[in-house]
Amino acid sequence: MLEALMKIFGKQEKSSQQIAHDRLKVVLIHDRASISPEVMDKLRDDIIRVISNYMEIDKKDMEINLANDDDSVALVANIPVSKMKPAGH
Amino acid sequence: MMSEVIVITSGKGGVGKSTTTANLGVGLAKRGKKVALVDTDTGLRNLDILLGLERRIVYTLVDVVAGRATWKQALVRHKKYESLFLLPTSQVADKTAIEPDQMEALINDMKQEFDYILVDCPAGIEQGFKTAVAGSDWAIVVTMPEVAAVRDADKIIGRLQADNKDIKLIVNRIRPQMVKDGIMLSMADIDDILSIPCMGQVPYDEKVVDSSNRGEPVVEWEESQAGQAYRNIVSRILGEDVPFMEFRTEGFFDRLKHVFKH
Repeated sequence: MLEALMKIFGKQEKSSQQIAHDRLKVVLIHDRASISPEVMDKLRDDIIRVISNYMEIDKKDMEINLANDDDSVALVANIPVSKMKPAGH
Repeated sequence: MMSEVIVITSGKGGVGKSTTTANLGVGLAKRGKKVALVDTDTGLRNLDILLGLERRIVYTLVDVVAGRATWKQALVRHKKYESLFLLPTSQVADKTAIEPDQMEALINDMKQEFDYILVDCPAGIEQGFKTAVAGSDWAIVVTMPEVAAVRDADKIIGRLQADNKDIKLIVNRIRPQMVKDGIMLSMADIDDILSIPCMGQVPYDEKVVDSSNRGEPVVEWEESQAGQAYRNIVSRILGEDVPFMEFRTEGFFDRLKHVFKH
């Protein structure tokens, strides 16, 4: 029902072709870097812990991803800072 | 003799490695080349049955490596294409029976006699793969427009690149109508994901099963779309510039017919 309504109002669902493409792009970056999602989660937690020593960060909006740049892989982090902590803490 | 050794591999099983090997072998022989097909899928041999040669095997690759026969004794000549030979493997031994360096020595020896040697690789990334790749000049990776097959192809491509092999891709069992309908990965998707030059797009074709039932690779069947795709790949291997074929999909009126049928 919801699907039918969405079609009527022109909200296009992603095709399974597009979903397959997107899923493969993500999984292959991880395969190539030999990092599992569990390891990525641990990495994320560690980064949060270290940075939190120096500044308060917005954990909800932070993004840590492996990005594929042709034949190399980069770790890209976008971490919004809400407040600096006094030095020495 | 200037010879070329091509390994045909995929990572995942069941994507059409042996079918591709059989078709390219017959296709190259039909074009007048002297060709040897080497089955390295020890324990699960299949090239013999696809080529209709299953009742003519005396010695196998394992016998050759063990010194029980020469490779010339083990070769089975094709009845119809006299420049096509099969070096079958054993159906009883397993893949540890042949070491990569033994394979490399054998291929180097055979090179003098053939224009092309096509090595049919087993599925997987273990020793069987390493043995099949040893001695090859370049690799054909066969995949299908399905997530599991593309992921495994990428894994194999990584291994081959680490080995400095030149790689070309063949995408098998494409269903053009499903691609058009947005429910199957397109060639553009696969190109974007794998970034490997494509040398063949083979459409799904019932005639592939029909022809293999008879032990006649579909490349011999003039009217088959898959057969045409394989003939095009053969031409590309021979260095000819052949455009990719246009696939037939349903037009507006075919769709309308379906609607009225239901």
